[in-house]
Amino acid sequence: MDSASDIGFVGLAASLVLVVIAFAISLRLRLRLERDLVVSVARGLVQLLIVGAALAIIIDPDTPLVWSWLWVVGIVVFAAATVKRRAPAVPGLFWIALAANGVTGLVGFAVAFGLGIFPVQGTTLVPIAGMLIGNSMKSAIVVAERLVEALSEQRAEVEARLALGQPWAAASRPILRGALRTALSPQIENTKALGIVFLPGAMTGLILAGVDPLDAVLVQLALMYLILGGVATTAAVTALGAVRRLFTSDHRLVALPRSTRDTG
Amino acid sequence: MFEFQSVSVGPPEARRLEGLDARLPDGGLTVVAGPSGSGKSTLLRLCNRLEVPSDGTVRCRGEDVAQHDPLVLRREVAMVFQRPVTFAGTVLDNLREADRDCDEARGAELLERAGLPATFLARDAGELSGGEAQRACLARALATDPRMMLMDEPTSALDAKATKVLERLAKQLVADGTPVIWVSHSEEQMRRLADRVLLLVDGRVDREGSAQEVLGDG
Repeated sequence: MDSASDIGFVGLAASLVLVVIAFAISLRLRLRLERDLVVSVARGLVQLLIVGAALAIIIDPDTPLVWSWLWVVGIVVFAAATVKRRAPAVPGLFWIALAANGVTGLVGFAVAFGLGIFPVQGTTLVPIAGMLIGNSMKSAIVVAERLVEALSEQRAEVEARLALGQPWAAASRPILRGALRTALSPQIENTKALGIVFLPGAMTGLILAGVDPLDAVLVQLALMYLILGGVATTAAVTALGAVRRLFTSDHRLVALPRSTRDTG
Repeated sequence: MFEFQSVSVGPPEARRLEGLDARLPDGGLTVVAGPSGSGKSTLLRLCNRLEVPSDGTVRCRGEDVAQHDPLVLRREVAMVFQRPVTFAGTVLDNLREADRDCDEARGAELLERAGLPATFLARDAGELSGGEAQRACLARALATDPRMMLMDEPTSALDAKATKVLERLAKQLVADGTPVIWVSHSEEQMRRLADRVLLLVDGRVDREGSAQEVLGDG
């Protein structure tokens, strides 16, 4: 090993010790997450190795930038498909999530590249899109799942409001607010704990790669603010789009499953 | 007031109402009775369009309810549910969910019609007993100035004393000119309350008439 960023496959294998611990906890406490753990580790490994190989081509200065943009489009589409898969009870959620991620991508890129924070090149486009859309996708999943669960659990309250002649938007407002708070809180807490508890990935990676810590901090801060804005935008667009689709045009709540949690 | 013509609700393999023909009169207290799963609540929810028929037509004063603005219809045809559902905040906050201009004087008048003193306006709605909460829900439903009151087994979660209070309030509503449709499966309650009974079995009208005609001398 000649630097912290060069851990090699032996180092990678050693890091699996912690996964073994997670596996043992799941087994001992009968969480039945062992299969998910193995699948996620194997899938993550294969995906990242492929991505690493592809990124090497994409960020090559001789590769046309259009390939980076196509990669970004792929990230947005895959994120929308993932959101749809996690909350299948919401009609048309793929298109809602696609619009939400698209808006977030456009706004985020306009700020990141339009204001000249980062240069437009393969080494910035794909990683920034990955961080921005990846975090936004999580918030979209949480808000969509929480909306469906809360509307299902609190159907009586929603229908009591509808029965008073309230339109769907008013009848669902308390639940929408709760779902958005749940979706946004982790990112807000992460931002609050920056540097104290939470040393974010990009900064850690840059420091491990030998970049000056202050430069790494500036890059990370810019990214964190972009991500915070992106998470809020995606969650809001997804929530507003999803809640509209969970009511009929004559202000009735559609039939919903009891719970949408993915139990694997 | 309501007329149901060949109304079915639910998919063909699991109908909750099946080709139902019935009328709900524009006055008095009608009890919709029947065993569990006979379609009583579904029939009530068709009246304010919380449900829509899969087949057939529901008419309100001769006009297809599908042609009504559902938000206007629901304020004209108010509903009290089986379990009292109060919203966060005080009782006055709850009344304002139905009538945003409701001031304390109007709130006190609504509570009086629901058998609660004006001091309840400032009470936290989440801390009311079952009977008090159900009466607060009745006051909230009355805040829309409805022309008809739907009451879906409103005493099923209440004790005997609270049940009697709510029955008395329903009779008072009828006496004041607001027809009440009350869902119940209690024969004693039907005899105490009903001007007319509509007995449902398996999603269809089995019998209808006065309580004595439908239930016999008991």
